[in-house]
Amino acid sequence: MANMDQTVYIAGVGVISAIGNNVTEHLASFEREEAGMAEITLFDTIHRHTRPVAEVKLTDDELIAQTGLSTHNGRTALLSLVAAREAMADAAISGLQELRVGFVSANTVGGMDRSEDFFVKFLADNSKGKLKNVFDHECGSMTEIVADQLGITDFMTTISTACSSSANAIFYGARLIRNDVVDVVVAGGADAITKFTLNGFNTLMILDDEFCKPFDEHREGLNLGEGAGYLVLVSDKVAKTLNKPLYCTLSGYNNSNDAYHQTASSPDGTGSYLAMKKALDKSGLQPSDIDYINLHGTGTPNNDSAEGTAVKRLFDPVYPPMSSTKSFTGHTLGASGGVEAVFSALAIKHGLIYPNLRFETRMSDLPFEPERKFLKDQDLKHVMSNSFGFGGNCTSLIFSKI
Amino acid sequence: MKVYIRSAACISAQKTFGTNDFLTDVVEYNSTRLQAIEPDYKEFIDPKLIRRMSHVIKMGVAAAKECLKNGDTEMPGAIITGTAFGCIEDTVTFLTRTIEQNEELLPPTAFIQSTHNTVAAQIALMLKCHAYNNTFVHKGVSFESALFDAIMLLKEQEADNILVGGTEEMTDTSFTILTRLGLYKRRPVSNLSLYKSESKGTIGGEGAAFFLLTDKPSTDNLAELTAVNTFYKPKDTQDIEKRITAFLAANSLRPDDIDLVITGKNGDVRNDEIHRQLSKSLFKNNSLAYYKHLCGEHTVASSFALWLASNILKKGVVPDVILETKLKVAAPKKILIYNHYQNKYHSLMLLSAI
Repeated sequence: MANMDQTVYIAGVGVISAIGNNVTEHLASFEREEAGMAEITLFDTIHRHTRPVAEVKLTDDELIAQTGLSTHNGRTALLSLVAAREAMADAAISGLQELRVGFVSANTVGGMDRSEDFFVKFLADNSKGKLKNVFDHECGSMTEIVADQLGITDFMTTISTACSSSANAIFYGARLIRNDVVDVVVAGGADAITKFTLNGFNTLMILDDEFCKPFDEHREGLNLGEGAGYLVLVSDKVAKTLNKPLYCTLSGYNNSNDAYHQTASSPDGTGSYLAMKKALDKSGLQPSDIDYINLHGTGTPNNDSAEGTAVKRLFDPVYPPMSSTKSFTGHTLGASGGVEAVFSALAIKHGLIYPNLRFETRMSDLPFEPERKFLKDQDLKHVMSNSFGFGGNCTSLIFSKI
Repeated sequence: MKVYIRSAACISAQKTFGTNDFLTDVVEYNSTRLQAIEPDYKEFIDPKLIRRMSHVIKMGVAAAKECLKNGDTEMPGAIITGTAFGCIEDTVTFLTRTIEQNEELLPPTAFIQSTHNTVAAQIALMLKCHAYNNTFVHKGVSFESALFDAIMLLKEQEADNILVGGTEEMTDTSFTILTRLGLYKRRPVSNLSLYKSESKGTIGGEGAAFFLLTDKPSTDNLAELTAVNTFYKPKDTQDIEKRITAFLAANSLRPDDIDLVITGKNGDVRNDEIHRQLSKSLFKNNSLAYYKHLCGEHTVASSFALWLASNILKKGVVPDVILETKLKVAAPKKILIYNHYQNKYHSLMLLSAI
């Protein structure tokens, strides 16, 4: 049977997004309150001047040079490798070869950026298009490429549940430890901006043509982002052998389904409420124990209204500070749960609350508003991180101070 | 704790769905692509929705609902799916329009339904099921990953009656590209003589198979799912033998204790070389069976094998069409499914009669 009482610790973190190529750069951008959105440069698109995006500020060539990969099989894999490597280096676990190590990674686009190149030629003539550009189309290929670089072979899998993907990967990693399948697991996710996703979200008419304003009464949509974020989770046994301080524990988690609509959230935020409530139950905490919520907060009218309603139902009348860091990074889709888990772990370690940029007007049906200022020296014991995705897939994680 | 397969349902290129016939009326194809036999979806899905749903969503939802019906269960405790390519029909549709229409006037439906978790989401939506919902997309072990998650949930006492399935659709586009990548044979073959062709390439397939897993014993259960394991990039055949032996030993078994070994032979000489070697070493005393001539090779083809093994154990009958060597035990009690996908991803599933 699984040992569900075993504590799972976070021993390392790694992140890349529009506001930084590593953890240090992210902390500096948060303090400067500098968002990462700008006009798109990655590919030609008719949306260039109307849809700001939050790109990682490195070209594919620069990422290839940095990672040392000899082939380019998808920007998602490149981003993934940068952040996963940082997380492993940060954890600095000695004697790793003696331990069972897993890699649980999530993404939604796989090698779509390369497939797009392939398809332009392929559509004109089905015998054309370079096969190497479509060979690693699958989401699983991104994980495999990175696992091979990290030298992880004991356990590997890929999760894809839209925008909650990497939050699901993180708590799946914790469960692997509790089920004694692995001792150490690198868990999180990555996603690159592609023409496919940009146009997809554009057809849904949920892209803001200005920088997004999560949880604002006058919010008009999200900005697409890209990036990767990973945690190194370790068992109790491994944690005792480490010589550096651990970040925190993953004390609670839950995935619940909204079961309302393929893309829209239910008006009362049923799925979001259940995910937050059951994650609290799992950690044995009360709503009043939560010191900061890293909101899903995409900036779309629908998400923020549903999430806000669910927060109100669970936390009323006392609300912890909360904010959407998507106001900095844009919505990194399948990476967002991983990226924001890193932010949550950093919040606990450094006592930080991140500002919700560009917030002006409280939503009319909510009795609370997000934090506007960058706060330091906070004593945060428990941080909740929300990630909700298409298909009603709602996940909440709770990180706790050791 | 033991894990049981309470019920199963499978849509494939054979008559495996909604019938009591157990592969006696076998369908022959002369092609390098086997297409799933479609049921009448109106029994399972609101006709208004059928029109908008892609092939894989319809197959997945119908197989899931039939599996629940077979297991006399209205609401599963969790929904978990595995698929390597996801909703590839909708993905290709949206990608094609994006390129051909130069990003203008694109309808959103194909994009909305292109996410990999659409099948699991649609099942939850139809059942109004708020429980745990996850989708694994890891190449040749996508289905095994889903199965592994389901077993962990049972061990954690988090849920019971877990609905877990593998889904994959083959579209014209994916078939064209995978053929160019050298996965399939150059010329059409009869699927019933697949293993005689001694050439490179296999035949492509598709399908959806769902299972209801429980830890509650019952005489209605199909089989016990004793253990599942996967491994990646073994060094050589000796390494594979070592891992299979260790897997069996962990369950207090030796190869000779297995009444039937179902292998993932697919007619590609490169793929089948491993199976050939094992049939002369580890499995030299075992009765051997194969199945990919029936369902075609695809990333979740092992889900067809699990459906097959579950039914063999329940019915006490082994269909002649799967036998590679002579059957030593007429009604097998222990079955090992050994599959590998392009010699990268290997999986083992051990089943026991209840």
